[in-house]
Amino acid sequence: MNKTVNQKAWFFVIPVFVLVAFNAIIPLMTVVNYAFQETFGNNVFMWEGTRWFKQIMLSERFHASLGRQFLFTFIILFIQIPLGIAIALTMPKEGIGVPICLVLMSMPLLIPWNVVGAMWNIFALPDIGFLGHSLNALGFDYNFTQQIGDAWFTTILMDVWHWTSLVVLLSYAGLRSIQPAYYQAAEIDGASRWAIFTKIELPKMKKVLTIAILLRFMDSFMIYTEPFVLTGGGPGNATAFLSIDLVKMALGQFDLGPAAAMSLIYFFIVLLVCWVFYTLMMRNEEKS
Amino acid sequence: MAKVTLKGLSHSYLKTQSSDADWAIRGVDIDWNDGGAYALLGPSGCGKTTLLNIISGLITPTKGDILFDDKVISGLNPVERNIAQIFQFPVIYDTMTVYDNLAFPLRNRKIPEKEIKVKVHEIAEMLELSTTLNNRASGLTADGKQKISLGRGLVRSDVNAIMFDEPLTVIDPHLKWILRSKLKELHQKINRTMIYVTHDQTEALTFADQVVVMHEGQIVQTGTPVDLFEKPKHTFVGYFIGSPGMNVLPCQIKGNDVIVNGKKIETHQQIKKSNFNKTEVGVRPEFISFSNEGIPVKVLSVSNTGRHKIVDTESETGKIKIIAKSNEDIPSGSAFLKFKKEYTYTYGDSWIIE
Repeated sequence: MNKTVNQKAWFFVIPVFVLVAFNAIIPLMTVVNYAFQETFGNNVFMWEGTRWFKQIMLSERFHASLGRQFLFTFIILFIQIPLGIAIALTMPKEGIGVPICLVLMSMPLLIPWNVVGAMWNIFALPDIGFLGHSLNALGFDYNFTQQIGDAWFTTILMDVWHWTSLVVLLSYAGLRSIQPAYYQAAEIDGASRWAIFTKIELPKMKKVLTIAILLRFMDSFMIYTEPFVLTGGGPGNATAFLSIDLVKMALGQFDLGPAAAMSLIYFFIVLLVCWVFYTLMMRNEEKS
Repeated sequence: MAKVTLKGLSHSYLKTQSSDADWAIRGVDIDWNDGGAYALLGPSGCGKTTLLNIISGLITPTKGDILFDDKVISGLNPVERNIAQIFQFPVIYDTMTVYDNLAFPLRNRKIPEKEIKVKVHEIAEMLELSTTLNNRASGLTADGKQKISLGRGLVRSDVNAIMFDEPLTVIDPHLKWILRSKLKELHQKINRTMIYVTHDQTEALTFADQVVVMHEGQIVQTGTPVDLFEKPKHTFVGYFIGSPGMNVLPCQIKGNDVIVNGKKIETHQQIKKSNFNKTEVGVRPEFISFSNEGIPVKVLSVSNTGRHKIVDTESETGKIKIIAKSNEDIPSGSAFLKFKKEYTYTYGDSWIIE
């Protein structure tokens, strides 16, 4: 069948193009602009080529915050994904328990980031916070504002509290979509609980888990507000993840060139990891 | 291999039951011999699947007992009952190969790999899956997947019974025929009790030696396909089986006489009692012929199916369908019908009067 050629159709694309230009392309191009030039204000720019990129790529400060970032993301994925699946598996499948659990699970997701940070900051304060005070009363030497381990522990705990629900809800949706016949067949085939989990539930949850991991990867890799409010990146630079470091560089030190270059590198890392992960996960889907 | 007996089985999905309609199945008694091929036939929602799931142990019945070889097994789980069940929609383990899928029930029972290999190849051969054994099961078509489901049910040789829950729904018509004859053939070969649930009369009648017809949670008749056709015990069996189904007309019973449309007709039975709320006469279209006297009707239309003609007529109290030979002349306008006595039955409150 021949397609009708109608160039007027382009007019319909213009509104979307304008919209996307304003909210994505133009700001991004500004960043690209800064990344290749040096400016001293007054709209005076000097071409610097790839200098800022080289500087960032070789900078130990960048390596350190990138390392912290990967470590943080890896830890929270490692905790949240299995924990989320486990909670979803134990949630009730029918009755009044379902809405109760769903509402309870959704609560943390509805709280704004900075409120979560502030809440946990107060909650974990060693002298007056419930968590901090209790831990110290139990004999632990806990102070997240001064000890690196405690700061990491609190940040991770906060993120697990805030975001595990997302994994739970997605996994629960995935589990609920499995037809009862699968469980019945497995029962008749004599499958163990573990076999049911690995042979039926996990494969059937693959798509939602892919989404869950992608979302949690992106969100945690770009995390800013919560650790900023909780620890401010401290003690020292111990919890200064990529975003926090980036903001420090751009707004604290006003190093716009290097900060722009770092933004782009940051952006490409997120894009690359997501693409590789998604392609790997979906590789077998296309075959079948 | 076992004899399956159901005693006074009733099940309700509700916590409390106030009327008959609250029961998914009620008062079911069945005796199925070891090694027989049985079909459970009925429309959607009549309780067939519930009954099947009760036998396999997926559902615990509200009342009644299930016996295998005269031993009560009501409290046992599906594994302990050692049955196989094939579901309406294909259930496959996506991540496994076809071979692993077929081997799964055996592996769960810790059978040595060597034996498994022999069994799996035998079943694969039978279902024509041999060439795809090493493929991932998720890549197959719907009927390929259903063949795997069938295979997983058939692969264990020690099962007490194999149950099929409308297993050919997703299979295309041509393959349906092949698979159905395969199952029949298989039954003769392995001689195991097979219970086949379906709403398709052709499927039930061709597969089973004994057909159990269910209606609104009750068993209305159990019998051979011929019994069901020639002597329906309930008007439902009459019009559910046969194409077109049995003609059911209201009638009056006066003494020993059966009156339809003001005419006395002769039926198979001797009427002894007549205290029913509703009395009807049932006769299959195959057993009605045109005559010079009898029930007066108006001929409405004639459709020729090639093998025979189906004539729609209208009597005073309802429509009557007739099957006539394709070369028979059909009167137009008014005509009279004669019912074959030995295949004409009287029903009281929908049940045959005996």
